[in-house]
Amino acid sequence: MIAAAVLAALAMICAVAAWRLTFARWTWRAPRTAILLWQSLGLTWGLASIGALLAFALDPYRKGVVHGLAEFLLSVEFGARQPYDYLRLGALVAGLSLLAVLVALPLAAGAQTLRARRRHRLLLALVARDEPAVPGVRVVDFPGAAAYCLPGLKSQVVISDGTLHLLSSAELDAVLAHEAAHVRERHDLVLLPFAALRRALPWSKLVRDAQASVELLVEMAADDRARQQCCPRRLATALLRFGTSAALPTPQGALGVSAPSSVMARVDRLVRPEVALPATHRFLILAGSVALAISAPLLWLLPG
Amino acid sequence: MKGLGELERSIMDILWAENTPLTAREVGRLIEDRDLAPTTVMTVLDRLARKGFLNRTRDGRAWRYQPAASRDAYVAELMLEALDLTGDRDAALTRFARAVSGSEAEILLKALTELEEE
Repeated sequence: MIAAAVLAALAMICAVAAWRLTFARWTWRAPRTAILLWQSLGLTWGLASIGALLAFALDPYRKGVVHGLAEFLLSVEFGARQPYDYLRLGALVAGLSLLAVLVALPLAAGAQTLRARRRHRLLLALVARDEPAVPGVRVVDFPGAAAYCLPGLKSQVVISDGTLHLLSSAELDAVLAHEAAHVRERHDLVLLPFAALRRALPWSKLVRDAQASVELLVEMAADDRARQQCCPRRLATALLRFGTSAALPTPQGALGVSAPSSVMARVDRLVRPEVALPATHRFLILAGSVALAISAPLLWLLPG
Repeated sequence: MKGLGELERSIMDILWAENTPLTAREVGRLIEDRDLAPTTVMTVLDRLARKGFLNRTRDGRAWRYQPAASRDAYVAELMLEALDLTGDRDAALTRFARAVSGSEAEILLKALTELEEE
């Protein structure tokens, strides 16, 4: 019973920590560390929630989640089912369902993302052109402002024709450095599980806020990489030009409520940089994240 | 000889420029690269049709090819996704910036650019 209680407490702690983290501002001073903490919290929350349900359900075996589950599966196979009360049976079904959902959803989201990217890549091949002024970048003839990265094994950076007119060459360099950082650090893989979780729990404000936080942190991490290669102010003016160009009327519900403030937060950060989080703090958070991520699997093995 | 992707692109451009469905022979005549084997043009047309970018109709012994959608429609599809206006916030692309509204951004932009000009 101890394992179940500890796992339930752990899941609770993760949820509260995630909630607190959506308001935290120190994260902006160390975006990469904060992203790692988010990933660790998400993973641990999932494992602890599933583990708590399963640990409770499999408590009569006194062998912990992993071995208890193995024994349960074997005993079902041999037809010698333990007499279960309905509460434990319910917990078992809930735990296994949650496990299935949390495994299946990112996989489904990944498959859908790959399909969308494949289609995008095919279309790009047909309508995008190469521009001698910006080698290695695909240009689409579109008057509005757009710049993005199409991630994959061969990632492509794409900008619209309108972007070329909108930005000065120094600003364009800053934007391209930003996108190159997304490519290099595979930020799309960071965002994927959070997007999947949001699709699983669309009504949860916490999950929505968590996704928005991670999206913003990923952008800030890319901004930090870009500012090492170019003038931060150039990146800031590029952001503002992009944001205010408002090429298309935005349909309601398409953009997050936090969207305007997130761009302004990035600009503010570039123009008035705060001191980065001290290395010792970053290390402690890093160590905490790792410990957290290891704790749940270990608790799955804890008998009783 | 151009790469296959480049060839697909020029063939689509030709078909978008013409308003009528063309046969492989007609496409071959319009293409810049005159040394191209007719079978190559046919292969590429067939590939594009299988990918759904071309519709084809029988005309005697030949096929006539026509774009399934206009170039603008494809550009629009790309840009809707690029600007995150499709409604579902997926992780297919990583975008540079979302739209900002309000005068605050404009004032700040003006201030920042003026600062540099000084």
